[in-house]
Amino acid sequence: MSTDHAVDIDKQVRVYISVFVALMVLTVITVAVSRLDLSVPVAVTVALLVATIKGTLVACYFMHLISEKKLIYAVLIVTGAFFLALLALPVFTHQNGYWIDS
Amino acid sequence: MSDEAVVTAQHVPHEAHHEELGFWRKYIFSTDHKVIGIQYAVTGLLFLLFGFCLMMLMRWQLAYPGVPLPIIGNLLGDARMPGGTMLPEFYNELGAMHGTIMVFLGVVPLAVGGFGNFVLPLQIGAPDMAFPKVNMASYWCLFLGGVTMLGSFFVPGGAAQAGWTSYAPLSVIAGTGQTWWLVGMVFLITSSLLGALNFITTTIQLRARGLTFMRFPFFVWSQFVTAFLLLLAFPPLEAAAFMQLMDRVAGSSFFMPSGLVVSGQVLDVAGGGNALLWQHLFWFLAHPEVYVLILPAMGIVAEVIANNTRKPLWGYRSMVYSLVFLGFMSFIVWAHHMFMTGMGTAMAAFFQTTTMIISVPSVVILTALIISLWGGSIRFNTPMLFAVAFLPMFGIGGLTGLPLALNIADIPLHDTYYVIAHFHYVVAPGTIFGLFAGIYYWYPKATGRKMSELLGKIHFWGSFVCMNIVFMPMFIIGLAGVSRRLFDAGATYDFAQSTIHWNVVSSWGAWALAVFQLPFIFNFFWSLRKGETVGENPWQATTIEWAAPSPPPHGNFAAAPQAYRGPYEYSVPGAARDFSPQHEA
Amino acid sequence: MDIPYTVEIRRDTGLTNGKIGIWLFLASEVMLFGALFASYILIRTGAPSWPRGDTILDVRLATFNTIVLIASSVTMVMAWASLMRSRFGTFRIYMGGTILLGLVFLVVKYFEYTHKFHDGLLPSTNNFLAIYFTLTGLHGLHVLGGMVVNAYFWGPGAKLWKTNPTWFTNRVEHSGLFWHFVDLVWIFLFPTLYLL
Repeated sequence: MSTDHAVDIDKQVRVYISVFVALMVLTVITVAVSRLDLSVPVAVTVALLVATIKGTLVACYFMHLISEKKLIYAVLIVTGAFFLALLALPVFTHQNGYWIDS
Repeated sequence: MSDEAVVTAQHVPHEAHHEELGFWRKYIFSTDHKVIGIQYAVTGLLFLLFGFCLMMLMRWQLAYPGVPLPIIGNLLGDARMPGGTMLPEFYNELGAMHGTIMVFLGVVPLAVGGFGNFVLPLQIGAPDMAFPKVNMASYWCLFLGGVTMLGSFFVPGGAAQAGWTSYAPLSVIAGTGQTWWLVGMVFLITSSLLGALNFITTTIQLRARGLTFMRFPFFVWSQFVTAFLLLLAFPPLEAAAFMQLMDRVAGSSFFMPSGLVVSGQVLDVAGGGNALLWQHLFWFLAHPEVYVLILPAMGIVAEVIANNTRKPLWGYRSMVYSLVFLGFMSFIVWAHHMFMTGMGTAMAAFFQTTTMIISVPSVVILTALIISLWGGSIRFNTPMLFAVAFLPMFGIGGLTGLPLALNIADIPLHDTYYVIAHFHYVVAPGTIFGLFAGIYYWYPKATGRKMSELLGKIHFWGSFVCMNIVFMPMFIIGLAGVSRRLFDAGATYDFAQSTIHWNVVSSWGAWALAVFQLPFIFNFFWSLRKGETVGENPWQATTIEWAAPSPPPHGNFAAAPQAYRGPYEYSVPGAARDFSPQHEA
Repeated sequence: MDIPYTVEIRRDTGLTNGKIGIWLFLASEVMLFGALFASYILIRTGAPSWPRGDTILDVRLATFNTIVLIASSVTMVMAWASLMRSRFGTFRIYMGGTILLGLVFLVVKYFEYTHKFHDGLLPSTNNFLAIYFTLTGLHGLHVLGGMVVNAYFWGPGAKLWKTNPTWFTNRVEHSGLFWHFVDLVWIFLFPTLYLL
């Protein structure tokens, strides 16, 4: 198995290095942006956006998710849905104004 | 040794099956799914018995508040029952631990760890689970959790007393026993997580050739969905347990609001925490958990009904789709346990709606099982009696949940005996009857002997009548507005007096129920030596586990089985016998 | 008795048992850390005031740690790639590097924590610190766990390369998936706690 994919591995290694560089750049960006005096909602949005891009790079390329099988995607999509429910529903239940009668 | 070493041999290292394993590796630290399944089942049954005993003590206090308990009351010491009279703190310990033990150390280990481990690989034609060593680790995690929970009774202050729900802030300021509860839960959760990933991987990867998903026995589907519930719902409770441990041990205030006054003193904590955060994280698990409790039993009932009606299940496809839909929905209904926490009407409407929707797949499954009886050649053996009784019992349990799902109707019913009656109907004459059906049904496969039918029928009828005597009155008490967790059953409240006598009825029903478990316990052990010996397929069943010897050897099947048809090909027109096994060409 | 699809893939799923097993485990970890992030959101949105991370925590140390952890992810995937190219020696180097970088991360964390304790900043002080210590503490335990597994594959577990190189390569890949996940969690933890 190993020798068949030697050429593929060389290509993969180039990708890993590029991703590493991108992650370094994004890390610098996220720290630099935090120095600007942005309002909390904007700061949160930018920080999460950058983190999501970084996370996606790690997941897709280091964890090989970009070429994974359908079954793994299915498990992760279901997990993602419940993850979002867990993040959103408790805070909605107590948010003053729209979701709760204040 | 060259660093660039090239492959010399290409075989998967495996256990030395050429030499006999010693006693410890064969029976105690075994990686064989059947041994592990039996370990889980026996552990589960022992804890069910222990939890039952805790409840019997509670029932004395509820029937005769403040009256000394003869004999047993004098054995428990002055810290718990001075002069044989139960202290409120001890009642609370019994209540919290009864719930915890029954759910996490009784039903789940038996239903999932026991039945899942023993039956699942056999039913899909596999030699074992995908990860045998992880399987063994999961059992020993459960064992450690159980030891921790039992040990907590002996620490200063006794075991946890804040309910199986451990609501903050009471649980945070409680005695040492609560810390032990939290540590015990971490072990139990880890056990379930390891088991869940094993079940899912095994079901997908190790199923026999020709065994497509829509040819799975319903039992396999039920264990498969249950495993997903365990895998994804338990971790938030594990996180919450860590956070409550932080609050208790490191003095943080995750769940401690500001300005909390205890016994006249303002508590010296940073504050700023949210007691409702605990409730959200707890119920995020605990709602899917109740489906973990019921789904394996539904799976067992489906198998036993198909086998004993000698016809295929009606609506198999609908049942499977309902099961999967139920699994998804179970993650977004949890706050129906929190209708009284002051949430706004929009979110209350959301959770009420999802909860009403989730009743639909349950009804579909129950209806399909009932219709499956129609036109069948019914054999009323002991497993079938329990399986058929499950249907109306689960029906009552499920229907009585509907008022609780509607947030307006929940207002007078929340935290009353009505809730206790509802959930006990689903779990006790519901799930536990399903588990009994499974024990009587698969005992021959595990031991090579059948259990006594006579003792089984006495066990069944006694249990069926007594379960209803115990729990039906609780609906009446609850509708009168009597709260749960009152150590004197409401003796000091005027409004409770009109229904309080029902507690005596329930208690005597519970003690009679205990007596009717004796034939079962005797039968279980006696049949090991004296039960009628059987071959591979004593029930003339169609599913693949019946192709293996009784009991199956290590590795289960002489040759890997193959599936040629669906799981319930009973009474096929033109066939020689009234059943066509799944694995026969 | 041999369990099928431990080393070779099952044709209809295209996967080995171990690959499915590790992803299922990671799915449960997503829910574990998800619960902590959900708690962070609920507590922070309910708090009358909340300090900015950089007013209490050391951003430079944490940025350094971020770089360290990302670098360790690179060395981890290179360790696996070396095995795919049958270069065991190179694997040893990259895997060793991964373990070392993990150790650096934990040492930095140790200094961060002791500095906080020295200044009287504890989990009991306020909820910002409580969630900071809990989230980074649990994450740190996961780093430690990953290091232990990696050390096993660097050391005694490496015997498997001689008898079954494919299985060994797969197991290193699975261990790598866990390690990348731990890095991924930190990628979200870092801005959330330190920068916002």
